[in-house]
Amino acid sequence: MLVPVKWLKDYVDLEDISSKELADELTLSGSHVESIKSLGEDVENVVVGKIEKIEKHENADKLLVCTVDTGKEILTIVTGAKNIKEGDYVPVALVGAKLPGGIEIKKTNFRGIDSFGMLCSLKELGYEDNVIPKYQRDGILILDKEYQPGTDIKEVLGLHGEIIEFEITPNRPDCLSLIGMARETAATFNRKLELPKIEIKDEVDHIHDYVEKIEVDETLCNRYYTRVIKDVKIKESPLWLQTRLMEAGVRPINNIVDITNYVMLEFGQPLHAFDLKKLKHNKIVVRTAKEGEKIVTLDNVERNLNNTHLLITDGEEPIGIAGVMGGLDSEITEDTEIVLLESANFNDKSIRKTAKSLGLRTEASSRYEKGLDPNLCELAAERVCQLVEEIGAGKIVKGVIDVYPNKREEKTIKLRPEKVNSLLGVELTTEEMIGYLERLCLKTKEEEGLLHVTIPTYRLDLGIEVDLIEEIGRLYGFHNVESQPLKGELTRGEKSYNRLVEDKAKSILQGLGYNEVMTYSFISPKAYDRINIEKESPLRNYIEIMNPLGEDYSVMRTTLIPNMLDLLVRNYNRGVKECYTYEIGNTFIPKELPLKELPYEKKVLIIGMYGDEDFYSLKESVEILFERLGIRDLEFVPEKNNPTFHPNRSALILKDGESFGILGEIHIDVMENYDLDKRIYIADLDFEKIVQHANLERRYKPLPKYPAITRDIAVVVDMDITVGEIQKEILSKGEGLIENVELFDVYTGAQVEEGKKSLAFSIIYRSHERTLVDEEVNKIQDNIILALKDKFNANLRS
Amino acid sequence: MKDKLLNIKEEAISSVHEAKDLDDLENLRVKYLGKKGQLTLLLREMGKLSKEERPVIGKLANEVREAIEKELAEAKESFREKMKLEKIEQEKIDVTISQRKKRLGHRHPLLATIEELENLFMNMGFSVIDGPEIETVYNNFDALNTPENHPSRDLTDTFYITEDILLRTHTSPVQIRSMLERGAPLRMVSAGRTFRFDDVDDTHSPMFHQIEGLVVGENITLANLKYTIDVFVKELFGQDMKTRFRPHYFPFTEPSAEVDVSCISCKGKGCSVCNGTGWSMELLGCGMVHPKVLENCGIDPEKYSGFAFGMGVDRITMIKYGINDIRLLFENDNRFLEQF
Repeated sequence: MLVPVKWLKDYVDLEDISSKELADELTLSGSHVESIKSLGEDVENVVVGKIEKIEKHENADKLLVCTVDTGKEILTIVTGAKNIKEGDYVPVALVGAKLPGGIEIKKTNFRGIDSFGMLCSLKELGYEDNVIPKYQRDGILILDKEYQPGTDIKEVLGLHGEIIEFEITPNRPDCLSLIGMARETAATFNRKLELPKIEIKDEVDHIHDYVEKIEVDETLCNRYYTRVIKDVKIKESPLWLQTRLMEAGVRPINNIVDITNYVMLEFGQPLHAFDLKKLKHNKIVVRTAKEGEKIVTLDNVERNLNNTHLLITDGEEPIGIAGVMGGLDSEITEDTEIVLLESANFNDKSIRKTAKSLGLRTEASSRYEKGLDPNLCELAAERVCQLVEEIGAGKIVKGVIDVYPNKREEKTIKLRPEKVNSLLGVELTTEEMIGYLERLCLKTKEEEGLLHVTIPTYRLDLGIEVDLIEEIGRLYGFHNVESQPLKGELTRGEKSYNRLVEDKAKSILQGLGYNEVMTYSFISPKAYDRINIEKESPLRNYIEIMNPLGEDYSVMRTTLIPNMLDLLVRNYNRGVKECYTYEIGNTFIPKELPLKELPYEKKVLIIGMYGDEDFYSLKESVEILFERLGIRDLEFVPEKNNPTFHPNRSALILKDGESFGILGEIHIDVMENYDLDKRIYIADLDFEKIVQHANLERRYKPLPKYPAITRDIAVVVDMDITVGEIQKEILSKGEGLIENVELFDVYTGAQVEEGKKSLAFSIIYRSHERTLVDEEVNKIQDNIILALKDKFNANLRS
Repeated sequence: MKDKLLNIKEEAISSVHEAKDLDDLENLRVKYLGKKGQLTLLLREMGKLSKEERPVIGKLANEVREAIEKELAEAKESFREKMKLEKIEQEKIDVTISQRKKRLGHRHPLLATIEELENLFMNMGFSVIDGPEIETVYNNFDALNTPENHPSRDLTDTFYITEDILLRTHTSPVQIRSMLERGAPLRMVSAGRTFRFDDVDDTHSPMFHQIEGLVVGENITLANLKYTIDVFVKELFGQDMKTRFRPHYFPFTEPSAEVDVSCISCKGKGCSVCNGTGWSMELLGCGMVHPKVLENCGIDPEKYSGFAFGMGVDRITMIKYGINDIRLLFENDNRFLEQF
């Protein structure tokens, strides 16, 4: 909402208050200032000039040489403008003048003729393109009447003072008007609000001579107030009206439309002017559209209507879409002589639906949607008539037709003064409270300690006691409320066990050198093809977003692998040599599709990396992670059937047969889909299972008292036999005395038969009760050799 | 005999002085003092001496032995010292070389900020509670007193899954869940992912993050809210930060306020970043819980009152670290992540 401070001063005396102060104080009382713009700041030395004579330039067809009276002197000014004539009053930028955009005017020679200044357009004076009237767009600003040549143009155009832009919250549609903001200003500074005095001096004929009757759909139209204006002379508005509109961000069109816009800005009430002669019948019927009915709106677009759309008709043809936009056929044009002025109030929900379904949101519809006070209709229409009379745009016809089926009355709210103090944490007296309420034009009556507050009909936001507490609070000033620490019992902040495990896992992964990443919860459905997921995989039972931003963000992920691959690939393509990352995030598993109840949000830990390290490095990290989370005795079982992973370089992570996830190298096919030639390793882990099995408690175990005995053993086995299997077998034969079995060498080549490999292990024996002797270790060692021979056809390597 | 002893002494000591290393010294020790060394051999002849001579020569022999031993010991010590110095000299390395094979991971700046905020509120007695990213329209809007016409409900503002299920647009539904589950009194915070229909640009992202706090109890006031926010802002941004409470509107709180903090760049003096106002706009939204919201959660608004606050963590993270483009938070460029 743009508020020119000059305009605000029509209603509140602000002479002793600077615009900065005004903005600051209004911000603190609840009208948030978004920006302050100073008018005419960069315009200097531009004065009114009268064009005395226009001659053609001898050497240039497109240039004119003007003789201009600027009060003090007569100047020769060369211009390319076409819209000027002798006798016009125009803005002249003198030599040395400054214009917006850092422009400085100098004496210039145009093909042999010296020009001592420049004639200016509105744009050159700093007005925005979107508010400059169409008739002013392509030429010099021709002033509307005679001014003393030499007068500062800033005075003529009112190019001074500030425009404050306010953010109006949706609960305060009444503030989307100058008077609404004036009311806030008066309350904030505790000053008197001066509303415009509306009076019409001269009325002719009678409205019934022009309008037969008005009928409205009472469920969707709360009020329909009309006046008629005759002998209308459509032309440009006077300059003061045009500049006010432009300052408030509205483009001037013609006198009648400008006045309705002016009053809309002033009171907040949208108004519409119909050309009465263009109606087929002299009546207004407000009804819903028939299926298939059509109207061409002011913007020259044919609109297809249905029975939810509310129409203004002349009893036969639609002449406007209620509260949204008028029809082209009944538009005000240069020939308009009689105007039917509509000042109506429609059902906010209906307007909202109509605007939405037609994809046509207008200034009027957005005001109706937010809710308007039907009692404004009369004031606004009368104000229009007054201004029409004032600027001589037409004659006001006597009488009104006011159909007001849903009358809105003032209501009262009971307010307990003690509740005000107890909710705000302040100690105000009842008198102070009444003072604040009355500043806001809320009449208050005290009865037996209770305040009865009368709510004006324009305050749609005040419904219950606490709403009034806010009003008192904001005028007292939230900034004046003194902070007080929370009292009451000491409470201890807690975090769930899940989150504690998560924090722990993050710190372990950080220690292992992995960077934490964060990716979107939604992905592209194509990602499932890229990571090779089979058509029938349950991973493809994803939840779709009804209105996604685009395919890339259209389904809720059931796996974190695509996001991880995306970011690794992005890093690689950007020349990052190595990347070690993890994310803990949700996947979304529907119970059924389409969704009837909320899905299961399953937390997943994904670790992804590329660089100099390989599968074993990732596996080491996973092993350390589980170990430090207190999860032991994991098995890593080769996994050949996951289509995303390399069939010979991936493993399922199991504990007692239960899977914690998978780790491995990404399948070559997937890498091709991502067009990448670097090996990527990923561990995809079920974090909820990790939380279930995690054990963060630690108990001290005595340090070993007895020495260990280490024996090395090297066996030759078939290529397919895994180290894991052998380690497991060795441990199982250890009679509880083996502390650890470590692989220290894998060898193939000379001295080892083709198709076989040699594996060398260090076995560490230790007892916690005694010192082991060679004999018992030898015996176990012999058993192990026998068992390995038996089970894996393993031969001792000599 | 006496002369022989003195000769041995003289010869031995001068040999020691000429010795070149520890091996030479050991050889000299064997030569003079060993089982078959010169001194030992000479002393075997003591028996031939007279009773008078024996003690005199014996004493002298001991003196000679001690003198040689002392000389040997000193020489040995000096050699050891020299060798140590040589070793130290040889072991010189170039300490300017960096290896950097070990890695220590980095926390994501936004998630680290969330954890910092959660810990801060935990220390103030707030429990950390999580909520789902996919929510019901009821929890996200209805229960929070959002008017049916409120624009935030539009398809152009909110991602919907079905008519009744959506991607939560704020963390506030966790308030509803917590009040329903735990009742009053209550102190909780909840942080997490939130979603709004915003195209990606340098300040917008369809997914972003909020942290939300709620206190419900008897006699909870706006003054308490102000205190809590003050403490939090000072903890997060420094003790010299100031807050400004501006009345605002949210459907779920009444009264409602937005809080500005002193400009991070100039700490309130006024600079180009804050257009000279000294304030950074809209750090958070807050207010006293609307009585209808309490009622919706089965809490009697006549007995209890409460305050709630919520803020965008992405923005806080960006302000805190001077990040100028929100996309950086979601791109996960390693070179970005490793700065934190």
